Amino acid sequence: MAFVLEPRREPSRAMMLAAPVIAVGLTLVVGALLFTLLGHNGALAVYEIFVRPLFNPYRWQDLLVKAAPLAIIATGLAIGFRANVWNIGAEGQYILGGLAGTGIALATLDLDGGWVLPLMVVAGVVGGMAWAAVPAFLKTRMNVNEILSSLMLNYVAIQLLYYLMRGPWKDPMGFNFPQTAMFSAAQTLPVAVPGTLIHLGIPIAAALALTAWFLIARSITGFQIRVVGLAPRAARYGGFRQSSTVWLALMVGGGMAGLAGILEASGPFGQMVPQFPTGYGYTAIIVAFLGRLNPLGILLAALVLALTYVGGESAQTALGLPSAAAGVFQAMMLFFLLATDILVRYRLAWRRPAAGHPLPAAGQGATKTRAEAATA
Amino acid sequence: MAPRLQLSGITKRFPGVVANEAVSFSVAPGEIHALLGENGAGKSTLVKIIYGVQKADEGEIAFDGHAVSIDSPREARALGIGMVFQHFSLFEAMTVLENIALGMDNPPPRRELETAVRDVLETYKLTLDPHRYVHTLSVGERQRIEIVRALLQRPKLLIMDEPTSVLTPQEVEQLFDTLRRLASEGCSILYISHKLHEIKELCESATILRGGKVVATCDPRAESTRSMAELMIGGSLKDLAPREGECSGANRLVVEALSMAGEPPFGTSLADVSFAVRAGEIFGIAGVAGNGQNELLSALSGERADYEGGAITLDDTPITRLSVTGRRVAGLATLPEERNGHAAVPGLSLAENAILSARRRKGLVSGGIIRAGAARRFAAAVIDAFSVKATGPAASAASLSGGNLQKFVMGREIMQEPAVLVVSQPTWGVDAGAASFIRQAMVDLAGKGTAIVVVSQDLDELLEFCDRMAVINGGHLSDAMEVKGISVERVGLLMGGVHGEADHPPATAERAA
Repeated sequence: MAFVLEPRREPSRAMMLAAPVIAVGLTLVVGALLFTLLGHNGALAVYEIFVRPLFNPYRWQDLLVKAAPLAIIATGLAIGFRANVWNIGAEGQYILGGLAGTGIALATLDLDGGWVLPLMVVAGVVGGMAWAAVPAFLKTRMNVNEILSSLMLNYVAIQLLYYLMRGPWKDPMGFNFPQTAMFSAAQTLPVAVPGTLIHLGIPIAAALALTAWFLIARSITGFQIRVVGLAPRAARYGGFRQSSTVWLALMVGGGMAGLAGILEASGPFGQMVPQFPTGYGYTAIIVAFLGRLNPLGILLAALVLALTYVGGESAQTALGLPSAAAGVFQAMMLFFLLATDILVRYRLAWRRPAAGHPLPAAGQGATKTRAEAATA
Repeated sequence: MAPRLQLSGITKRFPGVVANEAVSFSVAPGEIHALLGENGAGKSTLVKIIYGVQKADEGEIAFDGHAVSIDSPREARALGIGMVFQHFSLFEAMTVLENIALGMDNPPPRRELETAVRDVLETYKLTLDPHRYVHTLSVGERQRIEIVRALLQRPKLLIMDEPTSVLTPQEVEQLFDTLRRLASEGCSILYISHKLHEIKELCESATILRGGKVVATCDPRAESTRSMAELMIGGSLKDLAPREGECSGANRLVVEALSMAGEPPFGTSLADVSFAVRAGEIFGIAGVAGNGQNELLSALSGERADYEGGAITLDDTPITRLSVTGRRVAGLATLPEERNGHAAVPGLSLAENAILSARRRKGLVSGGIIRAGAARRFAAAVIDAFSVKATGPAASAASLSGGNLQKFVMGREIMQEPAVLVVSQPTWGVDAGAASFIRQAMVDLAGKGTAIVVVSQDLDELLEFCDRMAVINGGHLSDAMEVKGISVERVGLLMGGVHGEADHPPATAERAA
């Protein structure tokens, strides 16, 4: 006797939407247990990270500031994920976006005018796209797996950042610190709500998510993305070329990550520093899945994941939790989400193991794949 | 003597559907017994129960007079039940012998196995080279591997599931000889099919299933094919109404010397395929599966554009360089054989599936934004005109039965009023009612002047409603033949790969008649 997974006839729609909530709940419970076993007050740790920041208006601002880049990157990634284009390189595209915008900023330090910041933003988007163009080109021309190529380019991007910070772009007046000069006022992202940390990137994130939601649901391009993800052969039949979908997915994903990068650089950072990459590009993958690849869900999921960043920081000082605590919670969230998703689509059954079927055609499960593979 | 196999009161329920209800019949030793029924009548479930793949909820199985419980295919084989499935389980990159060894419970050493295989081939006059690689074999030869596999177990009951659907007429004759010989040695055969003239020719008795129940047991030799068909569908058969217009003579689709590499890894390359179809004409392309049909379809639809040469012309306009969408705009509609995941997206609604191929000709998109209302209205019109059983345009394609989804995608293409319609296997896996509806719809469309190309493995279907036809084999397309007065023998030889006019002067003469 053994456990087997049997596909459900029709996965429940309610459960599909409930799965992220269940995953977050499980993360809290198991996280509390884990930190108790590690000798901390587990329940208090969970409270400190996930609840306490919500009662602090200043933390709320911080929450929105951290959620904005997550939401922007995740919205771009979700479009690709829906088309089964697995762009894992958002971190690198985010860095390149920041670097491209910084390049403009360093070239225009002495200039003034309303055009400087928009130019930096455009450069950021193009920078992210350019970095994503590499896996797109390799995929469409040489069928190179985009998961590997986009992931590996992240490390290249980090090294490029370090090189620029320690070499050509180092601030000559900066006491030899590896960082650029501070951006000028014309190069800094304006604040959206005066007297707070809430910069222009936050309304931009919300607007982009709403636009993406509309376009996925109603535009023919959104339709193309969905069809390619659901049935690639039907997409070809419908006249949607696979290469155009790959390019589209990676350009949107890279462009949005690049945008998030330059918004961060010109907003909260105000300069470029080696500590610029904080893992948003990876965390956004969790955000995209937690938000069910739906831009509106992503807005909510971005807030939840931003909470782990904000709460994780305050828990370090308040309880002496390790800085890895936030990462542990993020990883558990993805883990439990994937696990609940499996159970939404499959049911766990207690079964006798199938008596050795030498002919796969005799067993129901194996029949299709092997018969398809075998018969012309 | 006790019957070889006796089923009493077999009932099998699946969530929401009763697949078999109180099914009882028996097969005598040495009898060739037909199990007849439409798609979805419960034939497959029943044989899976007999072969131990599934377990009946109620009822008893007796084998040679003893009540048995068959819990797995291994137990079925131990009893002496062999089965040849409709879809083969073969590894293309391995030899015949390796495939046979892989399929056995306890394969003997290679040398002994080869002797045993050669014995079986000799005894039943089957031609097959044990050392050939499977991907080099025709479908008929592949089926022989499965038959040898079953015969090596010395079965007392052999179950054949739709064995002739992929064979040429000559191969069917050979198969029947083998089966008759087996039966004369005392092996019972349970023969599953919906091809009535074959059953009349081969079987001594028949059990007819409809909606999971036995509706009749008869002697097929004493029945007419029509009476059996009517028992099978539970109503009277409708004949095709003749079309209104005439073939006008102007060529609408011209394909010249089209060559294209096969789909990897073992696809068949198209070699110099040429044909022309006139307005109002239905042109059939017969052939055994895997002889280049898929390649031809994707070359015509534009899904593949890596031609090695050739030209496609629609109404005197070259369309060789046009994309899928460009060809649709020009008036070429295509429908591949696989409905789920190719002609339709199962996870999307019917309205969205209408957008998939009809968005340009029906104006379902404007300025890059989907006109959801227009898409819904078009899908509703198709559902209405083609009597698709669906809850409405919002129903998901996956919720439709095979026949209804086929009616929907067929209607979606036909209602775009194409200049040329290319369809593959239009009635594959579709019940008789839907099949005759679909054929009638094509005849009516031809009556309006559309040129229609039908690619099918079902020769009877092509002979029923095509004006001219050609045979595809190994990526070559034969010359076109008038269907009136055609020689089925010659078509069969072409399907089996005999080319050239000089080979068969009598057949050529007959064709000219």
